[in-house]
Amino acid sequence: MSGYLVRRLVESALILLGITFVTFVLLYLLPADPARQIAGRSATAETVASIRDQLGLNDPLLLQYVRYLGNLLQGDMGRSYLQRAEVADLIASRLPASLLLMVSAIVTELILGLTIGVIAALRRNRPADHGLMIFSFVSISAPQFVIGILLLYVFAVQLGWFPIGGYGTFAHLVLPSITLGFLGAGWYSRMMRSSMIDVLGQDFVRTARAKGLSKLRIITRHVMPNAILPIIAMIGIDIGLFMSGIVVVESVFGWPGIGQLAWQAIQRVDIPVIMGVTLVSATAIVLGNLIADLVAPLIDPRIKTK
Amino acid sequence: MTRDNDSGRGDDARPVLSVRDLTVQVATGAGGKTVLDHLSFDLHRGETVALAGESGSGKSMTALAIMGLLPRPMARITEGTIRLGDRNIAGLSDRAYRAIRARRISMIFQEPMTSLNPLMTVERQLCEVLLEHDMCTRDAAPARALKLLRDLRLTDPERRLKQYPHELSGGMRQRVMIAIALACEPEILIADEPTTALDVTVQAEILDLIRLLQKERGTAVLMITHDMGVVAEMADRAIVMRAGQPVEASSVERLFSAPSSEYAKGLLAAVPRLGAAPPRPPRSPGQKVVEVSDLSVRFDVKGGILNRPVARLHAVEGVSFDIRVGETLALVGESGSGKSTIGKALLGLVPWEGAVRIDGRHTKGLSRRSMRPVLRDIQMVFQDPGASLDSRMTVGEQVVEPLRVHGLASGSELTDRAEFLFRRVGLSADMLGRFPHEFSGGQRQRVCIARALSLSPKVIVADESVSALDVSVQAQVLDLLQELQDEDGLSYLFITHDMAVVDQVADRIMVMRLGQVMEEGPRDAVLRDPRHPYTRRLLAAVPVPDPTRLRQPQPPAPESQSPMLPLGAVFPRVRLEQVSGEHRVAVA
Repeated sequence: MSGYLVRRLVESALILLGITFVTFVLLYLLPADPARQIAGRSATAETVASIRDQLGLNDPLLLQYVRYLGNLLQGDMGRSYLQRAEVADLIASRLPASLLLMVSAIVTELILGLTIGVIAALRRNRPADHGLMIFSFVSISAPQFVIGILLLYVFAVQLGWFPIGGYGTFAHLVLPSITLGFLGAGWYSRMMRSSMIDVLGQDFVRTARAKGLSKLRIITRHVMPNAILPIIAMIGIDIGLFMSGIVVVESVFGWPGIGQLAWQAIQRVDIPVIMGVTLVSATAIVLGNLIADLVAPLIDPRIKTK
Repeated sequence: MTRDNDSGRGDDARPVLSVRDLTVQVATGAGGKTVLDHLSFDLHRGETVALAGESGSGKSMTALAIMGLLPRPMARITEGTIRLGDRNIAGLSDRAYRAIRARRISMIFQEPMTSLNPLMTVERQLCEVLLEHDMCTRDAAPARALKLLRDLRLTDPERRLKQYPHELSGGMRQRVMIAIALACEPEILIADEPTTALDVTVQAEILDLIRLLQKERGTAVLMITHDMGVVAEMADRAIVMRAGQPVEASSVERLFSAPSSEYAKGLLAAVPRLGAAPPRPPRSPGQKVVEVSDLSVRFDVKGGILNRPVARLHAVEGVSFDIRVGETLALVGESGSGKSTIGKALLGLVPWEGAVRIDGRHTKGLSRRSMRPVLRDIQMVFQDPGASLDSRMTVGEQVVEPLRVHGLASGSELTDRAEFLFRRVGLSADMLGRFPHEFSGGQRQRVCIARALSLSPKVIVADESVSALDVSVQAQVLDLLQELQDEDGLSYLFITHDMAVVDQVADRIMVMRLGQVMEEGPRDAVLRDPRHPYTRRLLAAVPVPDPTRLRQPQPPAPESQSPMLPLGAVFPRVRLEQVSGEHRVAVA
């Protein structure tokens, strides 16, 4: 087990290293000149050149990358070109808001998705099932900004139940979490439905019925724990989807998280910030997968961590 | 241990279960289809009634109907009664049935591998049924579960309680299933092919156990089986079923000595009987087409931080044999004996060590490409014809695919070849455009044989090729294989666990255990004069389809050694010692 953990952590570190390299090269190839952005439109070519020199942008790509990596290993993610602040500080100040949003969105989508999936599976091919699957189809296909604006209009503007935007109280959290979790709820309901149907046909469920157990007990003790196994691995992968969703949802609701930070940085080619945000999201995805893989054997005794 | 008709029935003349005119229909696209048609029988205390028949005979439907477990809403009881004591339970609601299941009627199933919940310990699965039916208090449940496992003669019962199903062998799982079924002391136990998925020695132990527990507890048993050997051994009375209809119902003695219906006669005639096969025609010692010496197959088990090999699974250890032209060598043994692995090694499907020559050509170290011409001479037919055919490709295309792959034919030549092959295996050429699901199991296996024949091989490896088929179909496929051998001089490596089939087809036999040969020699020497204790155990465990010749109860099997060894450890090999002629037996 500890051997497995060490191996997985080393693997994760290598993946992150690869991601820094790919991001760095891609951003280097961008036609936009960061020095020009910093200096402003009216700056002379001389000023721009001196900024380029100052930032080391004239050095070869590999040297720049090694310098970046060296700083990174010391915990220095660089300085934002445009905001007078360290990237690490910018991210640290915004990360809690994003994590809060993410966790509550995951909870929302799991509760919504798993419940819908279970009900649809138990009412397979009946009207309730068809209705729920139409709902899940809509939630998968509707763009998040549409859902967000729709929810805002109905529940914040018309009904006035929730604030229109901002951050701070539980009420602020509700609409962004639902918007962000909506897409996932659609996915999970479909996955849970097919997983449940699969497990309902298994021999051990027939055994459970032959034991004279109640329907409720069969569903909760025998079917659901088995049906949820394939979902666990998905949650790890899902964190990647969240990172892209967070950019949209945070802008719609004015949520001060790293999604917003990323959006601003991309618009203004603030390369150190883009690098930082990418690294943080990649870490979240890698960790999410690692945690999902570590949790799986705790639930399924057949999986041995080797 | 002997069948004791009267003691069971004498103390109470009223049956515990009485089924009258039971009819079950299944909804299909074309309306209701009757899958069980007016079945009637009585089951008395302490008695065993067998429902015997081939697939599709409606025997499992009967069991599900009695348990109230018919798949809803597709199947339903349309007529008839099921009386449990004084009460008709046919068509009761699921809720009402809950008090009957496990408490009064229990059921065990064919697949012990999948019939237990993989996420729950044995203890939880046992306690669950005890508590559901208020057999004891929550505190007393673990002790009671332990006692049940003891009653089922499970080794090391304390440890078994804490284990998960995947940590148990098939035989142990079936014991746990029986423990669950008997936990609430039901009057009736329905056993649906309880030993079909198990090795023959394990089957013998489980059958002995069911009989013993039945005697102790007076449980009535409804035994559902396709195996006439099991019928003869277990049942007092038997009902032979076909296509949902009872064909014949009589005492087991009468059924086997003087079957009255044509169908039962045919069924009994098709059952392969150990020791009843005619002598094989002597073969002139021909050329060797397969020469194997010192074949070993070992798989590394990886682990640790760097995922390096940490242990080695010895699947096959130092096996040598030859197969001559027109000869059938049977490889017998139980699961895990390495018999299938040998077949795969011959075709280069697993990495192996040693020396293999197919029709004179060494195959050691051949690349996939250079292995191709060799594969023209050796082909394989697998156990599950449904799974070894592509469901989206017509059978015609599949049969000639090897010719296409090897670039041996194209265009209209392929069609001609396909038609020829189809006729060769007894299928009509107008079936070529159909898909596998349009065929029965036996027909599909014929398709697989046709595919194996397409390259005109010299050797066919038949890996449990008839094991999944009904006996009457099995007999036909065996006849086909024999015919092909007689006409084309094919050689077979016939891999099977079924000793009675071996008796019918083999010229020579190799008995395998844990990757090594325990005994080898001509068929008659090995089967009629077995020398190795393991061969004797295997033969003694086979149920005899004759109620007058009862098998002796099996002593429990000795603990077998693990085929998994640390790296670098030497696997203890056996040595073969000559008994007479080609008959050799292993000595440690």
